[in-house]
Amino acid sequence: MWSFANPNKFMRVSGALLPWIAGIAVLLAVWGLYQAIYVVPPDFKQGDGARIMFVHVPAAAMSIIVYFIMCLCAVFALIWRHPVAYLSAKAAAPIGAAFTLLALVTGAIWGKPMWGAWWVWDARLTSELILFFFYIGYIALWDAFDDTDKAATATSYFCLVGSVFAFLAKYSVDLWDTLHQSSSMTIGTIATEEKLANEFKTPLLIMIAAFYLYFLTLWLIRVRSEIRLRRIQAIRQAAVIE
Amino acid sequence: MPFLALIRRDLAIAFRTGGGGALGVAFFVIAATLVPFGVGPLPELLSRIAPGMLWIAALLSCLLTLDRLFQADVEDGSMDVLALSPVPLELVVLAKCIAHWLTTGLPLLLAAPVMALTLRMPEVSYPAMIASLALGTPALSLIGAIGAALTAGMRRGGVLTAVLVLPLYVPTLILGALAVNASAMDLPAAPYLMLSGAITLAALPLAPFVAAAALRLAIR
Amino acid sequence: MELIAENLRVTRGYRTVFAGLGFSVSEGGALILAGPNGAGKSTLLRILAGLLPVEEGEVRFGDVSLRADRGAFVDHVVHTGHLDALKPAFTAWETLAFQADLYGAPRGRIEAALDALDLGFLSDQPVRVLSAGQKRRLGLARLALIERPLWLLDEPTVSLDAKSAARVAQMARDHCAQGGLVVAATHIDLGIDGAARLDPAAFAPGESPSDFSRDDAVLDGDAW
Repeated sequence: MWSFANPNKFMRVSGALLPWIAGIAVLLAVWGLYQAIYVVPPDFKQGDGARIMFVHVPAAAMSIIVYFIMCLCAVFALIWRHPVAYLSAKAAAPIGAAFTLLALVTGAIWGKPMWGAWWVWDARLTSELILFFFYIGYIALWDAFDDTDKAATATSYFCLVGSVFAFLAKYSVDLWDTLHQSSSMTIGTIATEEKLANEFKTPLLIMIAAFYLYFLTLWLIRVRSEIRLRRIQAIRQAAVIE
Repeated sequence: MPFLALIRRDLAIAFRTGGGGALGVAFFVIAATLVPFGVGPLPELLSRIAPGMLWIAALLSCLLTLDRLFQADVEDGSMDVLALSPVPLELVVLAKCIAHWLTTGLPLLLAAPVMALTLRMPEVSYPAMIASLALGTPALSLIGAIGAALTAGMRRGGVLTAVLVLPLYVPTLILGALAVNASAMDLPAAPYLMLSGAITLAALPLAPFVAAAALRLAIR
Repeated sequence: MELIAENLRVTRGYRTVFAGLGFSVSEGGALILAGPNGAGKSTLLRILAGLLPVEEGEVRFGDVSLRADRGAFVDHVVHTGHLDALKPAFTAWETLAFQADLYGAPRGRIEAALDALDLGFLSDQPVRVLSAGQKRRLGLARLALIERPLWLLDEPTVSLDAKSAARVAQMARDHCAQGGLVVAATHIDLGIDGAARLDPAAFAPGESPSDFSRDDAVLDGDAW
C-alpha cells in the first residue's frame, strides 16, 4: 500500500490520472453551470441572485473538506514521516484558502440584497472567516521554517490543533449568534431547507463534484511541483558537496 | 520539588527582568483607556462594549507576553538543560504556563474591576466578569504556549505567534465575553462560564503535551 | 557499563552527514571527536544526549537503549553544548541551585561544584557581570553538580584560558579515573589515557540517497 507514497511511483500514477480528472472536472463544471444559469428557475424569494449558491455552497463545502484532507495528511506525516504526505498537506493549503476566500466573497455578494450590506456577522460567514485565519496561519508557519522536516512536523501539529479549535470556534460562534440574534436570515438557507427541490439539488451536487475534481487537479499539480522542487534542491546540494 | 522549582525560577526571572506582572497590567490598563478615545466617552456606549473590550485587552496583554515563555530559554540553551532533566518536558511546559498565568492572568483579575468601573460596566456583571476571567485566562496561557512553542527559536517569531494564536483564542474570547454580556442582559452566565472552564480543563493536560512536542522540535 | 553506538545515520536537509557510524566506549574510557567543521560532531553529541532523534542505528548504555527507553538513557547523561544555559538575572549559586532542584541533586554539592571550576569567589555574583570564560565555567559546573556517568562535552574549553582549560581536562581525567565515560568534541588534548579518536567525517557517504534522489524519473516527462 505504501508504494504509492514513493515519490517516483506517485509521479507516474498522478501523471497518468491528471488529464482524466481535469477533463471530467471541466465537463461537470460546464454542465453544472449551464443547469444553474439556464435551467433552474429563479428562487421565488431571492430571484436570480440565489444562483450564486451554485458557487458559494461548493466553495464553502470544499473549504472544510480541504482542511479535513490536510488533517489526514498531517496524521500520515506525523506517524509515517513520509515526504509525500507532508508535501500533500502543504500543497493543499493555498487551494483550501482560495476556496474559503471564494466562499466569503460569494457569501458577501449573496447577502448584499438580503441584508443591504456587504458584510453581516452571520454565524456561517463568521465561522468561514475564522477557518480562513487557520489557513493563513498554517501557510505562514510553513514559510517561517528553513528546515523542511521541522516545518512539516510543526505545521502538522498546528493543523491538528487548528481542527479542534475550528470546531470549538464554530460552536461558540453559533452560541454567540444565538445570544445576540445578529441576523434574522442566514444565507445558505435555500440550500439546506428540506423542501429543496430536486431541480436545485442535482445541479448543486454536480457543482460540488466539479469543485472537488478541480481541487484534485490543482492539488496533484502542486504536489508534483513540490516533489520536483525537492528533487532539484537535492541535486543542487549534491553538486555543492562534490 | 522540581516542579515547584521550575515555577519559582520563572517567577524570579519575571520579577527581576520585566517587573513581574506589572508590565502586562500596565498594557491592559492603557489598552482599556484607549477605548473611550476610540469610540467616544458616551456612558451608554461604553457600558455596552465594556465586557468585550476588557476581554480583548486581557487577551492582547496575554499574547504580548507569550514571547518570553520559551524563546529566551531556547536561545540561551536552557531548554536543552530542561529537556534533559528527569522532569518530563510536558510538566516543564505546565510549570511555565502556571508561572505565566501568575504573572499575567492573575494580576488582570485585580485590574479588571477598576477598568470596568471607568468604562461604566453594569454592576450586575462584575461577578460574571471576574469569574469569566478567572476561568478563561488560564486557557489563554495554555493555548498560547502551543503557539509560542511552535515559533520558539525563530528569529522573528513575534507576529507569527500572534497570527497562529489569535484564531485559537476565539472560543475562549467568545465564551468569556458571552458570560459577561449575558449577565448584563439578565440572562444566566453559568452555562458560558462552565464552557469556558471546560476549555481550560481540557487545555490543562492537552496543551502542554502539544507544546512539549513542538519544543522538542525547536531544540533539534 | 559500556556506551555502544552502531550504524548511526544522520541527515540534515538533503545531506547525509554520516552513515554507518559506530563506536564503543567502556567504563573509564573516553572518545575524542575530531574532524572538520560540519563533520557532525555536535550533531552526534546531541543524538547521544537524546536531543536529536536516532534516525537509523542503535545507541545503548549498558542494556538501556536510547531508542527504546529515552528517559532511562538520558538519566545517565549530562550534556554541555555551545550555549551555557545561564540567566543573567541569577547569581552563580542560584543558577546551580535551580539545576540541583531540577535534577534532584542535593544542594549541598553546589559549593563543591563551584570550587571545582574555581568559581567559589563568584558565588554571589549575578551571571550578567561574569566574563565569557567565567560563564563558560559556570555552564560546565553542571558536570560536577549532577553526578552522572556519561559526559557529553561539546567544545568545553572554548573561551577558557590555559589554566581553566587544564582544570577542565583534569576534571575529565578524574571522571574517567572514577569509572565515568567521556565523549568530547575538542581540539585540545584532555590527556585521558587510552582515549579513542573518532572523525565523523570518515563516515560521510560518497552520495546522499534520499527519497527524492533515487532516480531521475521524477524530473522526466510530461507537461503536468
